[in-house]
Amino acid sequence: MFDYRAAFGLEYQNLFNRTHVAGPFDDGPALILGNENRRGRPWTSILLGFIGSAQVGPFYLGAVGLASIVFGFIAFEIIGLNMLASVNWDPVQFIRQLPWLALEPPAPAYGLHIPPLAQGGWWLMAGFFLTLSILLWWVRVYQRARALGMGTHVAWAFASAIWLYLVDGFIRPLLMGSWGEGVPFGIFPHLDWTAALSVRYGNLYYDPFHMLSIVFLYGSTLLFAMHGGTILAVGRYWGEREIELTTDRGTAAERAGLFWRWIMGFNASYESIHRWAWWFAVLCTLTGGIGILLTGTVVDNWYLWGVKHGIAPMYPRVYPMIPDPGHLRGVLQ
Amino acid sequence: MRALTAPLELVALALRRSIAGIAAHPWLTRAWIAGLIAIALLFAFGSTLERFPVTSVQLGYRGTAMEAEYNPRLLQPQFEANRLLPTLPAVPDAGRSSATAYHNIKVLQTADANQFLRQMGAFANWINPAAGCAYCHSLNNMASDSLYTKTVTRRMIQMTREINTNWKSHVGGIGVTCYTCHRGNSIPKEVWFTEPPPGAGHGLAETGTGQGGPDKASGLTTLASDPFTPFLLNAMPIRVTGTSDLNIGNNASTKQAEWTYGLMMHFATSLGVACTYCHNTNNFASWDQGTPNRVPAWYGIKMVRNLNRNYMLPLTDVFPAGRKGPTGDVAKINCATCHQGAYKPFYGASDLAAYPLLSQRNAP
Repeated sequence: MFDYRAAFGLEYQNLFNRTHVAGPFDDGPALILGNENRRGRPWTSILLGFIGSAQVGPFYLGAVGLASIVFGFIAFEIIGLNMLASVNWDPVQFIRQLPWLALEPPAPAYGLHIPPLAQGGWWLMAGFFLTLSILLWWVRVYQRARALGMGTHVAWAFASAIWLYLVDGFIRPLLMGSWGEGVPFGIFPHLDWTAALSVRYGNLYYDPFHMLSIVFLYGSTLLFAMHGGTILAVGRYWGEREIELTTDRGTAAERAGLFWRWIMGFNASYESIHRWAWWFAVLCTLTGGIGILLTGTVVDNWYLWGVKHGIAPMYPRVYPMIPDPGHLRGVLQ
Repeated sequence: MRALTAPLELVALALRRSIAGIAAHPWLTRAWIAGLIAIALLFAFGSTLERFPVTSVQLGYRGTAMEAEYNPRLLQPQFEANRLLPTLPAVPDAGRSSATAYHNIKVLQTADANQFLRQMGAFANWINPAAGCAYCHSLNNMASDSLYTKTVTRRMIQMTREINTNWKSHVGGIGVTCYTCHRGNSIPKEVWFTEPPPGAGHGLAETGTGQGGPDKASGLTTLASDPFTPFLLNAMPIRVTGTSDLNIGNNASTKQAEWTYGLMMHFATSLGVACTYCHNTNNFASWDQGTPNRVPAWYGIKMVRNLNRNYMLPLTDVFPAGRKGPTGDVAKINCATCHQGAYKPFYGASDLAAYPLLSQRNAP
């Protein structure tokens, strides 16, 4: 086997290595007027060094970041304290039952009115503060990218996730005329809500936008595995220096490209693979949001919609005709 | 911040040293990796896989995953736990009715006196074999109504007859006896009480929504802690799924769907079956894609609702406070009360034919 360590000398010349570099801290570029100072003295962490840069900080907080954290904390507390109240303030039961505990949206009877706190008002308030926190965090992501002279791709990818979040918890309930259509806060409760939504609207798997969302979700993992695998595999030829290799291809880029052309006849470029990944991730939540938005507002049974439009079969009958006994008696319930 | 993470950092340092130490020795590295893989495999197989054999029963059109999986080895103890008692030997008729032979007979008065006694013996075996006759009768005066349990039993005999004569749509020819539910317990193992209604929050916090706890009633989901009161006592609408592709006026909410789903989880866990025993999951609501098992289940809902309203509720004042639920309501029936984990109680075995008094029509 080719001994790249012997050939190329010290391991740390590869950015993907197990060496923890300790040197002068990097403060980053000076910030222009209108920005606040970065906070905290940087320090190094062995633990974080295992998974990334060992240097921690300095941290940019800013007014927007501070507001986002405060609002997020308020939402977190509203949810957590209501859950704690639901187990009668018993900390042991709180831990034991935590995956099941919920802060539920109001009953459908309240429509879009504001219910009493104990009947879903807390849910509205938690949702309000969480949304505010998330939107401010988006502003922060956008502003920090701008301050560094970067593009704002990360912010727009984040916006796509926020779109799905807003459709689920705000836009769709608004269109349906009931806060009760919103998603409960809680680990199992939000999963049970998902399952119930699918049953209510005749099986979400037949929603073509849900199909697209799944394609982009699974596609994202596939692309991530292919890209991550390729770059790690050519790390021994400085393949991790992707930015340089987009303009000056060198042996790592050549080999990586050759590898995929051998395997599937086509290779993405060092630049385009990131567009592939970005679009797959963005389209996952974008199409998912459209799919949920149409559920209930337009489509009432996705399976029957799918049968009507030729994307799902109506299976042949295997039992003799089974009449609906509710119809036999002339009652529907 | 740094001080807070210091202990973790020390652990990380030790880990790094030891990993570096191991990595320096190729054989040690391989031994470690092989060991870790072995532990992972052991855990994966030991905790998730079920030992063969598994029997698969196809329930619907191919490719729709409509099938039931059974493991005969695991089913065997279930069979053992759901066995009928040996039938009491038949007795010759006495030639006179129980009403002429005994005093204060109100339900079984037309029965032959000997058959009546044999049936009484069966009641004792089925409901409280330890206390025997004394559970319902004052032994000094068997005719006396001094014990409330006797009043309850009379109504329960009528209920059993109601099931066996008017609800053949659910119980078919198998029918029920007292033992179907009681199994030697004076209160059947599986009964339910109404919970405080949803939305009854205490104070300012949102509690008591009827959701958001490990709900035993709905198969340990958070769907509904009491799916019985709305559906098996009251007649709230169970059907929520859209019946047309576009919305033409179906106002059922997602929350309603959670309650319906909760009830269905109760069905499945009570009968030891999965959704596909009755439904094609491509479209739960559709009757023509489902299985015929759904029809008796539909009548079962009607039956249980009828029994709870007409037979259990009127007994509320007969029961002493200690037998009642947290809101002072009487114990009620759901699917598990009879089925107890079997798709048919006792897996379809029946000894009703040996106790003909229980399959007679109630006097109007």
